[in-house]
Amino acid sequence: MAASARHAFDKESPMISVPSVPAGAPKETAQDLPMRMKVSNLDFYYGKTQALFKVNVNIATNRVTALIGPSGCGKSTLLRTFNRMHETLSHTRLTGTIQLDGEDILRQDVTRLRRRIGMVFQRPNPFPKSIYDNVAYGLRVNGHKKALHDAVEHSLRRAALWEEVKDRLNKSAYGLSGGQQQRLCIARALAVDPEVLLLDEPCSALDPISTAKIEELLIQLKENCTIVIVTHNMQQAARVSDFTAFMLTGELVEFSPTPHLFTTPTDPRTEAYITGRFG
Amino acid sequence: MATLSTTAGPVRQISRSRALLNLLRDGDELAHAVTLTFGASILVITFLLIYELWIHSTLSRQKFGFSFFFTSTWDPNFGQFGSWPFIYGTLVTTAISLIIAVPLGIGAAIFLSELAPPKLSRGLSFVIDLLAAVPSVIYGLLAVFTLVPLMRHTIEPFLKRNLGFLPLFKGPAYGVGFLTAGIVLAVMIVPYIISVSREVLLAVPQDQREASLGLGATRWETTWKVVVSYAGAGIMGSVFLSMARALGETMAVTMVIGNQPKVAASLLSPGYSIASVIANEFAEATADLHLSALTELGLVLLALTLVLNGMARVLIIMTARKGSGVAQ
Amino acid sequence: MTARTIWRKSLNALMLSITGICALVTVSTLFLILGFLVWNGARSLHWTFFTNLPAPTGEIGGGIANAILGSAKLLLVAASIGIPIGLIGAIYLAEYAGAKWAFFIRYAADLMNGVPSIVIGIFAYTIVVVSMHHFSALAGGFALGIMMIPVILRSCEEFLKAVPRSLREGAMALGASKWRTILTVVVPAASGGIITAILLALARVAGETAPLLFTAFGNQFWSSGFNQPTAALPVVIYNYAMSSYEDLHQQAWAAGLVLLGLVLVTNLLTRMVLGRQTAQGR
Repeated sequence: MAASARHAFDKESPMISVPSVPAGAPKETAQDLPMRMKVSNLDFYYGKTQALFKVNVNIATNRVTALIGPSGCGKSTLLRTFNRMHETLSHTRLTGTIQLDGEDILRQDVTRLRRRIGMVFQRPNPFPKSIYDNVAYGLRVNGHKKALHDAVEHSLRRAALWEEVKDRLNKSAYGLSGGQQQRLCIARALAVDPEVLLLDEPCSALDPISTAKIEELLIQLKENCTIVIVTHNMQQAARVSDFTAFMLTGELVEFSPTPHLFTTPTDPRTEAYITGRFG
Repeated sequence: MATLSTTAGPVRQISRSRALLNLLRDGDELAHAVTLTFGASILVITFLLIYELWIHSTLSRQKFGFSFFFTSTWDPNFGQFGSWPFIYGTLVTTAISLIIAVPLGIGAAIFLSELAPPKLSRGLSFVIDLLAAVPSVIYGLLAVFTLVPLMRHTIEPFLKRNLGFLPLFKGPAYGVGFLTAGIVLAVMIVPYIISVSREVLLAVPQDQREASLGLGATRWETTWKVVVSYAGAGIMGSVFLSMARALGETMAVTMVIGNQPKVAASLLSPGYSIASVIANEFAEATADLHLSALTELGLVLLALTLVLNGMARVLIIMTARKGSGVAQ
Repeated sequence: MTARTIWRKSLNALMLSITGICALVTVSTLFLILGFLVWNGARSLHWTFFTNLPAPTGEIGGGIANAILGSAKLLLVAASIGIPIGLIGAIYLAEYAGAKWAFFIRYAADLMNGVPSIVIGIFAYTIVVVSMHHFSALAGGFALGIMMIPVILRSCEEFLKAVPRSLREGAMALGASKWRTILTVVVPAASGGIITAILLALARVAGETAPLLFTAFGNQFWSSGFNQPTAALPVVIYNYAMSSYEDLHQQAWAAGLVLLGLVLVTNLLTRMVLGRQTAQGR
C-alpha cells in the first residue's frame, strides 16, 4: 500500500508540505452515499462555556471520516457526543440532533447505543484481565454465552492480532506491547459488532510501526464498519480517510472528500492549517 | 585545626568565635544528628514494646507453653491460666462484626466512590470520617443503655422465636453477649472499611470505566465487573485492617460482652474477649503469674494485629501498583 | 427493549438503591449517637457539673472537675512526648533521611499505629508503673504520648513534603544553611498542617480509655502533680456507665456528651480549616 511510503512525513512535516493523497482514490462526493450518522445544529456546552458551535456533519456508511484541527478545536468533544460519552462528565449540555440511521440517539437507551457505536481511546486501556476476557467482556455483559470463543477469535482476527496472541489468550493483557494493547482495545470494541467505530487519536501514544499496522487495519475494517477517527496528524488523515472535517475553535469549518480538502480546500482557514501556517 | 601561639588575647577570641561559627555551619551535621536521634527513637520504642511484652510474659509462657491457648480454666486464685475462652470470644465477635460490616461498608464505599454525585459523596464521606473519630467508650456508653435493652427485649426474643432451633440462638436473652458485642464492633469498624475502600476505588484509573461504558455496560456493571474487580486486593486490605481494629477493640466490647469466660455455641451467650479480660483484671492483678498471663495475652493481640496490618498493607500496595502494567 | 436489557437496567437501579442505603445507614449512626447523647446528657450539664468533685457513693450532685483536669494533665504529658518525637522525626523523614532509614522508621511507626491501645497500656505499665511502683499521670500520659507519635509523624511528614521546593531553594540561594531553612522557612510554611495534625492527634488520644485503666488508674479526688493516680474523662464515663446507680448513669451521659463534643468540634474545625487550606494553598 502506498501508506508505507508516507511515513517519511510523520512527525517532522516541514512547514510547507501539503499531505498528498494516494493516487487513484475514488473521488466520491458526500451526496452519493448513504449516511450512517447525521449531526444537525449541534451546540455543546461544558458548564457555561460553549465548546461546539452549530456543527453540521454527515458520516458516510462504511467509510472513514477524519476529524482534524488544532488542539482545543473540539474534535474530541464532537467525537464523544456520538456515543454519548459526554454524559459521564457533569455539567455538560448539548442542543441539536444527532441521528444514527435516522433515529435520534439522545432518545435511545444509552447502553444499547454504545453497543452499536464503539470507541477506542487515546491511550490503550485494557482491563487487568486476560486477553480473552478483555475481548469477551462486551459479549458477556450483553448476554452472549454461546460461541464466545468463536466471537473472540473473530474479533482478534479483524484487529489483526490473532496470530500474535492465539497461544496466550489466558495471559494478562498487560503483557502486550503498547501497539498490541491498542489493537486489543480495537478487538474488544469490535467484539460487540458495532455499526460505527469511533477512534480518538488512537495512535498518538504509539510508535510508527504500530501506527502503520493500525492504519492498515482501519482501511480493511471500513468494509463492514463506519469509522470516525480524530487525529492531529494530517498525513494520517490523508492516508486513511475518505472524508475529512476540519474544525477550528468549536466550529466545523470545512467538510469534504479527503482528496478535495487537501488539494483544493475551499476555506482559507483550512488551507492555512494544512499548509502548516498554524497548528 | 592548628592553633596559633597564644601571645595576644584578641587572637584567642577570634579562634573561639571561629569555632562557634564552624559549629553553626556544622549545624547541619548537628541538626541531622538530632533529628536522626528523634526519628530513630521510634525504632527504639517499637523494639522496646515488643521486648517488654516478651520479657514480662516469660513466666506464663514457660509455665504453660502452648496449652495456654487451648485450656479453658482461668483461675487467678489457683494460678491456672488457660485463655481459650478469651480467644474464642475474640474470634466470634470479630467474625460477627465482619459479617455485618463488610457488605455494609463495601456497599457504602461503592456508592460513595462510583454511584453518588460528587457533592453528596464528599459530604457523606466527611460525616463518615467523623464517625471514625468517635471514642470507643462513647460507643460503649450507647451500646449499654440503648443496644443492650433493645437486644434483650426485642431482637433476641425475635431471633429465639424464629430461629431458636439453631444452636446459635439458644439460651436466655440477656442482652449482653457475643452477638451484641459483634454488632457494636461492626458499627465501629464500618467507617474504616468505607474510607479505605473508597480511596482504593477512587484510585482506579478513569479510562477503565470509560472503556467499559463505551462497550455498552451499565453503570453498575462497570462498577462491579471492572472497578471493584480492579481494586479487589485493596478492598481485601481494608477488611484486614478492620479485622485488626476489631481484635484490639477493648472498651465497647467489655461493656456489652458480659464478661464471663464461657465458650458457648450460642451467640446470645455472654462471653469474654482477650482485650476485655486484660482491661478488667490487669489493674487488680497482684500475682506475678497473673500479670504475666495477662501480658502474654497482650503479646497475642500484638502478634495478630501486626500480621493482619502487614498483610493489609501489602494488598493495598498491590492495587496501587496495578496501573503500572499498562504500556505507556 | 429486550428482557435482558430490562433486567440489566433494573439491576442497575436496584444496586444504586442498596448501596445508597448502606451509606445512609452508616451516616445515620453518627446522628443517632449525637441524638442520644444530647437527649440523655444535656439535662445534667449544669455549671456545677464541671466544677464539682465526684460525690461519695450513693449521693447525688457529683461532678467531673477532677476528670477534666486529669485529662488535661494526661494530654500535657502525652503532648510533651508525642509532639517532639513526632514532629522532629517527621522533619528527619522529610528533609534528611535516606531511603533505608526512612523505610524502617515509617514501617515502625505504622506498626506502632496498629497496636491495640490496651497493649500500649501494658507497655506503659511495664516501663513507668513498675519503676515507680504506683499508678500516675506520667504513666497514663506516656501511653497516650506513644499513641500520638505515629499519627503526628505521618501527617507532619506529608505537610513538610508538600512545602514547594521553590521556597527551600529561595532560602538556600540566599545563603541559609539547611537547618536554618527548615526552621525558618519550611516548618512555618507547613505550620497550619502541623497544628491540625497535633490537634487531631490530641483529640484522638483524649478519648482513649483502655490504656489508662492500669496506668493513670483513676482518682475520686484531685491529684496533685503528675505522680499520683489521676482521673480522666473517658475512664469516668466507663466506670459510671458500668455502675449500678442511676445518678451515675446520668453523669456518664453528660460526661459522654462533653467528651464527644470536644472531640467532634476539634475534628470539625481542623478538617474544615484543612479543607480550605488545601483548596487555596497550592
